[in-house]
Formats: sequence, structure tokens, C-alpha cells
Amino acid sequence: MSVTGAHPGIFDGLPAAPRPEPGGNYLTQTRGLRSWLLTLDHKRIALMYMLGVLSAYLLGGCFALALRAILFHHNTQVFAGNPARTWEFYNNMFTLHGAVMVFMFVIPAIPAVIGNFVLPMMLGAKDVAFPKLNLASFYCWVGGGLFFCFILLKGVLNVAFPALIHLWGPGGLDTGWTFYTPYSTTTNSAVISATLGAFILGFSSILTGVNFIASIHMLRPRGMGWFRMPLLLWALYATAVIQVLATPVLGITLLLLIAERTLHVGIFDPALGGDPILYQHFFWFYSHPAVYIMILPAMGIISEVISVFSRKHIFGYNFIAASSLAIAFIGFLVWGHHMFVSGQSPLADAVFSLLTFAVAVPSAIKTFNWTMTLYKGDIHLKTPLLYILMAIFLFTIGGLTGLFLGSLSVDVQVHDTYFVVAHFHYVMMGTTLFAFVGGLYYWWPKMFGRMYSENFARWAAVVAFVGMNLTFFVQFIMGAQGMPRRYATYPAQFTIYHQISTIGAFTMGLGMFLVLLNLLHSLKFGKKAPPNPWGSNSLEWQTTSPPPTENFKTRPVPGDPYDYTGWRYVSEEEGYVRIQPPPAAPVPAAP
Amino acid sequence: MARTPPSADVVPDQAQAVALARYRAPVEVLPDPHQHLAHHFDTPKQQFDAAKVGMWIFLATEILMFGGLFVAYSVWRANHPEVFLYAHTKLFRYLGATNTVILICSSFTMACAVRAAQLNQRRLTVFLLALTLCGGVGFLCVKAVEYTREYRDGDFVGVLNIYQQAVYGKNAAKIHIGEEPQTHAGASTQGQGASATTVALVPSSATRASSPAPSPWPLGLEVSKVTPAPPGPAGLRAGLRIGDEDLPTPKPFSLTWNELPPFAKAHTHQFFQLYFLMTGLHAIHVIVGMSLILWVLIRAARGSFNQYYYTPVDLVGLYWHLVDLIWIFLFPLLYLIH
Amino acid sequence: MMPILAQIGSRLWMPPAASSFAGNTDWLFYFVYWVSVIMFLLIMGLIVYFVIRYRHRPGNPVPRSATAHATVLELTWTIVPALVMLFMFEKGFHGLIDETTPPDYAYTINVTAYQWGWNFSYPNGATSNELHVPLDVPVKVVLASQDVIHGFFIPAFRVKKDVVPGRYNTAWFEATRLPPVRSDGKRYFDLFCTQYCGMAHSRMRAKVFVQDSTSFQHWLDATANWVAHTPPAVAGHKLYQIKGCMQCHSDQPNTIIVGPSFHNLWGHTQVMSNGEKITVNENYVRQSILDPGAKIVSGFQNDMPSFRGRIKDDEITAIIAWLQSISDKGPKPLPMTAPKAQAQAHTPGTAPKQGGQH
Repeated sequence: MSVTGAHPGIFDGLPAAPRPEPGGNYLTQTRGLRSWLLTLDHKRIALMYMLGVLSAYLLGGCFALALRAILFHHNTQVFAGNPARTWEFYNNMFTLHGAVMVFMFVIPAIPAVIGNFVLPMMLGAKDVAFPKLNLASFYCWVGGGLFFCFILLKGVLNVAFPALIHLWGPGGLDTGWTFYTPYSTTTNSAVISATLGAFILGFSSILTGVNFIASIHMLRPRGMGWFRMPLLLWALYATAVIQVLATPVLGITLLLLIAERTLHVGIFDPALGGDPILYQHFFWFYSHPAVYIMILPAMGIISEVISVFSRKHIFGYNFIAASSLAIAFIGFLVWGHHMFVSGQSPLADAVFSLLTFAVAVPSAIKTFNWTMTLYKGDIHLKTPLLYILMAIFLFTIGGLTGLFLGSLSVDVQVHDTYFVVAHFHYVMMGTTLFAFVGGLYYWWPKMFGRMYSENFARWAAVVAFVGMNLTFFVQFIMGAQGMPRRYATYPAQFTIYHQISTIGAFTMGLGMFLVLLNLLHSLKFGKKAPPNPWGSNSLEWQTTSPPPTENFKTRPVPGDPYDYTGWRYVSEEEGYVRIQPPPAAPVPAAP
Repeated sequence: MARTPPSADVVPDQAQAVALARYRAPVEVLPDPHQHLAHHFDTPKQQFDAAKVGMWIFLATEILMFGGLFVAYSVWRANHPEVFLYAHTKLFRYLGATNTVILICSSFTMACAVRAAQLNQRRLTVFLLALTLCGGVGFLCVKAVEYTREYRDGDFVGVLNIYQQAVYGKNAAKIHIGEEPQTHAGASTQGQGASATTVALVPSSATRASSPAPSPWPLGLEVSKVTPAPPGPAGLRAGLRIGDEDLPTPKPFSLTWNELPPFAKAHTHQFFQLYFLMTGLHAIHVIVGMSLILWVLIRAARGSFNQYYYTPVDLVGLYWHLVDLIWIFLFPLLYLIH
Repeated sequence: MMPILAQIGSRLWMPPAASSFAGNTDWLFYFVYWVSVIMFLLIMGLIVYFVIRYRHRPGNPVPRSATAHATVLELTWTIVPALVMLFMFEKGFHGLIDETTPPDYAYTINVTAYQWGWNFSYPNGATSNELHVPLDVPVKVVLASQDVIHGFFIPAFRVKKDVVPGRYNTAWFEATRLPPVRSDGKRYFDLFCTQYCGMAHSRMRAKVFVQDSTSFQHWLDATANWVAHTPPAVAGHKLYQIKGCMQCHSDQPNTIIVGPSFHNLWGHTQVMSNGEKITVNENYVRQSILDPGAKIVSGFQNDMPSFRGRIKDDEITAIIAWLQSISDKGPKPLPMTAPKAQAQAHTPGTAPKQGGQH
């Protein structure tokens, strides 16, 4: 029986869902470690990526908790009688926290995990365009990650056995994740390993981007024009464009940094006639668009989930799609706002400030459209929607505080303070993480064929949300008051804010732990998931949960992804089934 | 069975397939157009187009990567035009021109190889690929000669540059700064540990006392006595006797290398750092391209390609053209400065 | 309206304004702040209202897809925010131009940042590691770095500029009020380094003293020549504090911060990392200050920057005298004099005393 075929049973409320074939699904069709490590199946690669990025998140989270713990008191002494070692430890913690979270978690999280899993299925395809590149991308990620693990290991062992420094050089990393020269070319820590790691992680990102662009261009099924794609695909497309165009510039920047350290070429070294500000231009030419690599896919998930759970067509499809591209485009032109106080000309400041405000407009458009999607809907406040609403909450705060940073004279005050720290954590960590977790909850039944405990999941969400706001909202206040970032010790007047922030961080850690518990529990004890538990009309739900290796037994026919009128909830199924046959394919299926 | 013409949508060019049927050497079985079709593509054409799209995107990333260096080049050249002007005279222009010709020829043979693969001419494909490979080897050989000679002349990056060492290096000559511009921060940007060999211009009181008449140099700088840097790698030391030179009348912007003052020579590392980074990265790309050509050459010799499946040859060809193209930009930017 | 609203938030957000253009910055801050608060409440209010009002209930009408877009509405919420932001841009740009254009008659102070401290030098030759500025006089600071990038930030003045090696950046401000009394009983503003610069980045803070022009002038005169007017051992101790030595070297017995303790150092024999034994004498101290990497005491690393160019010969002499005074092997002072008391009376240029005068 076919997934989409019309037969009389459908109209009797009988399950129209395809039953799992005896052959099993993509999780069970082949077994053994080799079948995972060498798989070309995008779904398995996505799951391996998930395991990887969640480990990176755990690692980065531990660093974050360590540095928040140090900041609980304004002059913490971890190593008694040796303040310098405490400061060095703190500097290593915030650097590794930033580097691991940015390069290994936030950038790959949504594209490589959720995008990899969902994108081909949304296209009704069997795989991404280049499955081997997809696997290569994963191993690039692993390779880059090993460099960071190596740095960490070296750092730890060097502290334990100082003699090892002579054997294998310095460990640890204390430059900040931005590797600003000339500090990064003079410091005695493992900068070369870190930049090589970031360089290889960049390759991973590029390969994913190439794959997504080619897939969306070449694998769209007949009947799915550009403006009938789910918005997540638009978001991933815009993301991939940024990945492909910006990452190589980071690559060359890091290579120049390595050349600077090893060969003393002096491109960025003022002692040799170079210019350290040039490094900042290079670095932010990548790293500002990278911020949109982190946030755009999150916006795509928000658009998907908010529409499905409102049982209502997304509001302003064209504006949301166009704003994704607008953000991707303008995002390339705003890097200079990281250098408002570095001494660039006021004219450059003005241009970058204006463009920064310009990039706020499409973000605002998206927010308004999401809000209006809820209007007169039929809202099911399930866990994914709860996360997505929290993400909008956090994004609104993060986005609005961006206006302070874009206003030149105000930026002078809050630049390089905790205000900035709070701002980008609200956007990158708040919005992206909550959308990512919301997306995980949303596609979890499709990934593993299991449902999770709704109530437990909602409570975990609330704990994490409260922790998130406790941690970062006070940082806006102390930032405005002048508390600089990257301080291991600080004036006593900021103590109360730091203490609230630290308590919040641990609350958030608890929340994320509960999320993990909830999801792991579902794998073993969760109820079996129906093919379409949420009633979405996009193609990935029109197959079994979990899908077979080739995704679809019969190729599905795309329709309007946000038209839910064809689906009805059937309680015996605990999911949605079609109440009418899909429209006939506009063109005959491919041979 | 063997002669069944494939259906229209899988043959890139049916007329071509018919035509080549006449020219092909010993006629065997026509290859199966779907032999190399991956399971997630519908038609070989879709697969081929996808591969092409992917390759073009990848080439865009390569161009952006070099773009970073071109930006650095523009910034440096705008900041130090005179350095570029006199430093580039040290390059071996004729070797560079030879390399340009070699690369253009190899690009041509590569294009021919792609065409031959399309026409299923296996031997011709292998021959042309081998020719292209020879072009790559030739290019690298010439480049190696250039690098060796530049290295021997002491023209190298940053603090490894022999003139830079002689003037600023650890055992630097005693430089007198005529009108000492040193403020409280001055030019002394050497941090503690900042590449240990860069030492700021701190005039020693001894040389100041014995300083000769006002400097004839526009920079207000003069070398009273330069002792050569300590022996570097073998050969590096050849022929550097800056201190013995007689300083000619200054004619800025129209000096030959030998007329330049040591201080100006010491700044040429700013040009050579870009020269080595750009050509070095390009050479790495040449090596990667040659490895890829070798790979398709072996596959072609084994008969992996036919008129329905020659994607790897085509993509490697694109990559090789890009390598060629980048050199076409590098050559005038580095060798032909006016 | 705005000033009243600003009053509500001012306790929590911006610190008290103390420079001529701080008021403009704060005005824009609170303007953006209240626009943000209103927008946030609007969006969140709508979302919460919609979620409650249109929550799923049995028998809910199936939502129609007809309201999938409304072009007029879309254009409205594209254009109106854009105009508001254009206004913010204009105000911010004006503010920045004000902040980057010092008056011609501004008093100039040269600032040198290094790992990890500040050195302020004044036109009359006085130098200090705390910033002293006259009240109601525009002050232009010329910022230079000796090593890596630092950041010059005085929150109360709303002024911040990176200190970049190899170039001069400038900033200016005009202090309009005296600092508040701090927990240690002195009156000063904070000065922070805001660009991460290595291990002791967070210790790279300084105090900003604001004085009326008479006492500022007095302080300047006294500071320019203070070492000459101070007993060497006392001057040495002050130099130890203000040149940044104390951030890494303790003067207490058996206490190590980063480098060796100075207590009982003079005249004692130290083992170097290369095995050489050196008795601490004048030349060794001098070399250790000017060329710290030359001889490293065993067990320590080469962490110290050179002070060449940042310390004068008479200052080194004073430090030597002080090192002698805190060592049991130093020359004993004549018992009848009481240099401490005299020194206290004559020691200008020290921040704590000056701060207390306001």
C-alpha cells in the first residue's frame, strides 16, 4: 500500500499510515559499528553529528560552569597563594568555552544535525546530493574537535607535569576565541593547534554548505517550486550560502595567523610594519556572518514549528523567505561594527552602524510574522512550541539589545562589556539553543520513532528558561554599568550581579540535564511514534517513523507545506492521518 | 542489445554519441549509462549537473580564500607602494613568464583531455592528462628553482629575511636614527616575547656619539656600520656586505636594487611575505591539482570513464583551470609592478 | 517625558554621568531602552494573549489559511521600525562625532598601556600610574600600546577606545563632577582595560582622580620631580607600587605571586635556571629590571616584560635602596633618623593621599 495513494479506507478514519516494513528502518536495517562509521545515509550521519555536537555542548557547558564558579566571588583563588595561575585558568576556561561552543556546537548544531536529517526528506529525496562529502564533513568535524581535545589534554597534563612542556610545547589556549593579534602571536599557549582545529572545522562547515546548496538546487521534486519550499529550507539555503562564502576567508585568516607565528611573516605585526586591525577586519568578515550561520537555521525551525502547532498557514511566507536572504546578504556588510572603538574612521563607523540597523529590519519582520501566525490559530502548546515561544522571547530581547550596540555613542559605553556578552548569549545561545532543542523535540519522533514524556519535557524547559534569563539578564545591567568582559577578578561593586548570574548558570545546567534525561528516557520507555504526530504537511512526515534507509517507499507528492486542511487527528493512531487524498501530481512522476 | 541507443534524457548529446560510434576504436559493448548512477539521483544528467553545481560552489570558496590574500595585497601595496616597487625587481621575471606559459598550455591540454573523455577516447585522454601532469611538474620545478634562488639571496619572509635581520635582527647592526622620532611609546612595539628576534630601534649611545653628517636619506636614516647577522642556514650568508657599500645619491623610486640603502632593503620582507604566501598557497593548490589529475589518469587508464560518465575528469579540469586562473592574476600582481 | 522615564531606570542601568557628553549618550541609551521595552511588551503580550485566547479546545473552528499574509501590515512593520532605527542611527552618529572631536584647546595626556598596567604622562614631565584630570577642562588622551591591544575605558565618562600597538588612537572627555566616595574612603572613578590582553587583564585597572585646577596644578608640580625629593628607600617602595612590580612580586616573606618575593632578596644568593649562583647586588637588580629574560631564578618562568625606556636610572637606584631596606643583609640605616615620617610628609604623586584631599 502506498503512502499517498487514495483508497477507500482513508475516508473511514482507518490508518492511512504506512506500516513499518519487516526490513526495518534506517536504525535497524544494517547493524554493527562499521555500518555506522562508514555510512553514507544522511540520517545516520545526522545522528553521529548529534552525538558529537551534544558532547561538545557538554564540554563547553562544563567550561562555562567552571568560569561562572570562579566569578562567584570577586577575587576567587583556585590555586592557593598563586593568583596568576587562577587568572590563567580562567582565561583558558573562557577561551575554550567560546571556541568549543562557537566552532563545534552552535555553528554545526542545527545545519549538521537537524538540517542533515530533515533536508533531504523535506525535498522528498533519498539523500543529500553528495553523501560522501557529507560523511567527510563529519570526519572533518571530528578531526577539528580532536585538536581542541588535544589542547585541553595538553593543558591539563602540563599543569600536572610541568616537565612535559619541553616535550610537546605549551598547552591550553588563552587568546579568546577571536585570536586577536598581536596577543595571539605572542602568547605562550597552543594557538597553532587551535587555529588548525578551527580551520578543519571550517572545512566541515563548507562541505555541509556545498551539499545543501546543491541538494536544494538539484533535488527539489517536481511540483516544489522555490516558493513552495518549507521555510526551514530557505533558512538552510541562506545559511549554506554564508557558510560557503565566508568560511574560506576565516580559513585564510587562520593560515595567515599560523604563518605569522611560525614564520614571523608580520602581516599583522606592527613591529614588522603590519596592521593588527587588518586581522580584525579579516576575522569579523567571517565571524559576523557566522553569527547568522548560527541564527538563521534557528529562525527556520521557529517558522516550521510555530505554524504546525497553530494549525495555521505561516503568516507572510514571502516576507520570511526574503528576509532570510536579506539577512544573509546584509550580514556580509556589517562586520565593522565589531570595531567601533578600535580606531577606524568615523565614516566607516557610520556606514557599518547604518547597515547594522538595516539588518535589524528583516529580523523584526520575522518576529512580527511569527506573532501573527498565532493569531486565530488553534494552538497546541506542546513541548516544541513551548521551546519555540521561549526562543522568540529570548530572540526579542537579544535582538532589541542589538539596537543599543548599533547606536554608535551607546556602543562606546557597552562595547566589550558584559552587555555584549549578554546580548550575544541571548541571540546565539538563547535563541539558537532553544530552537535547536525545540527542533530536536519536534523531529525526535521521526528520528527515533519514540514519543517522550510531555509533562517532564515542559518542566525541564521551564527550568532551563529560568536559568537562562537569570544568568544573562543581570549581565545587561552590569555591562551598562561598565563591567568589562573577560575579567577573572572584578571590582566588588559587581559582586551581586555575578552571583545571580552564577546561580542562573547552574540552574540552566540542571535544566539541560533534565532535557537529556527526558530524551534518553524516551528512547527506552517512550511510546511508539506515529508517522505524523503533529499533523505537519511537509514531506518528511509522510513516511514511517523512523523512516527506512531510502526515506520513502513511494515518492511523496509535494503540496503547500503549510496547508494543514488535509490532516485530521485520529486518537487511535495518536497522530494525524490524511482525510483527503493529496492533490494529483501536477506533472507525471519521473521515470 | 549492445547497440540500443539510450533514451533521450540520459544522453548529453545524442548526435555526438552517434558520431562517436563511427570513430571509436575496436567496438565493444556500449557502456550502461546508468552504471554510475547513485541511488538518490533520477537520471545521470541530474547527477552530473549536481556535481557541476557543487564544484562551482567549491571553486567560489577557493576564490574567496585567495580573495583574502588579494585584499591583504591591496592593503599592503597601498600602504607601502615603494617597497613593492623595488622589491619586485628581485623576482625572476622570466622564470615567472615561463611558468605562465606552462600553466596556460597545461590548461589547454586539460581542456582537450576533458573533451577526449567525453568522446570516450581512452588513450588520448590518458595521454593528454599525462601531458597536463607534466605541465604541473614543470611548473613546480621552475618554482623550486625560483624559491631556491630567492632563499639563497636572503629574500625571505618576515624576520627570516636577511636584510631585515641585518638591520633589525637580534645581533642587528648599530643603526643610527638621524632625527630620532622616538616618543614615549615610539616604535618600540616589541612586547615581551613578541617574536623574540624583533628588536626596536634603540640607538646605542656609542654610535650616536660618532654619528656622521646628516643623513642623505629621505627617511632620515643612515647606517654607520652594519655587521652581518650571524650565519644562518648554509648559503644564506652569501654575498651580504652591506656595511661596505658606498651610498649613492638618493633617487627614490628610480633606484636599482644595488643602489638601495640597507634600510630600504630591510623593508622588502613586506613584499616577500606576500609573495611567498600567495605563491606558496598557489603551489599547494598545484600539488593538490596534480594529485587529482594523477587519480583521474589512473582511472582513465583503467577505463572507468565513457561518454556517459566522465564527471571526475570534468571536475578536475575545472579545478585545474582555477589554479591556472589564479596564477594569471598572481603573475602580473607580483612580477610586473610599475 | 524621557527624563522622567530615564530617572526610573537610572538606578539600575547607566552609572552616574560625569562627563560633558555623557548626558547625550544616556539620553540615547534610555530612548533605545524604552523603545525596546515597549516593543518587547507588545510582542510578548500579543504572544501570551494569542496562546491563551486561541488555545486548542475541542470544537475550535479549523483555522483558515486565508489570513496568510497582509501586505499593508507587512509593509507597515517593515517601514516604521526602519524609520525609528534611522533616528537612532542619526543620534548615535552625532554622539560619536562629538565624542571623537576634542576641542582645540584640550589638555593632552599621553597614555601608554602595557601588560599589565597604565602609564600616564603629562606635558610637564610628570608621570603616574593613576589618571589625574582637572575638573571642567577638556582632556585629550593620546593612547599608545607597548605590546598588545588594550582598551581604555572610563565608564563614568562614557569613553572607550582601543589602544592599538603601532598607531595612536585618541579620545577626549571633560570631567564635570567629582567622583563619589568609594568603599576605601577615597574619591575616584574606575578605569578598565577592555580589550583582553593576557594573564592579568582583569588586574589592569586604574583609578581616575578628578581635581579642581588648583590642586591639579599642585599635584602636577609635585609629581614631576618626586623621586628626587624623596628618600630613596621610600621612593623605591612607592615605585614598587606604581610601576606595577607589586602585581607579580610580593614584599612579604615566603609569598610568591608570580615572580620571586622581594623580602630578604638583597644580598642573598639565588640559583638561576641554568645552575649559576648569583648574589643579588646592584648590577643584578638593574639587569633584572631592564633585561628580565637574561637570568631567570630557578623555578620561575620568563614572564616579566622589560622596563627599558619606562624607568629612569634614579628610579632604579631608589628601588635598590628599598630592596636593601627590606633585606636582613642590607646596609643598616643610621638609628637616629626617622626617614619614614619625613617621607610621608614629602611624598606627593601617590594616589591614596591625593584621593583623600577631595
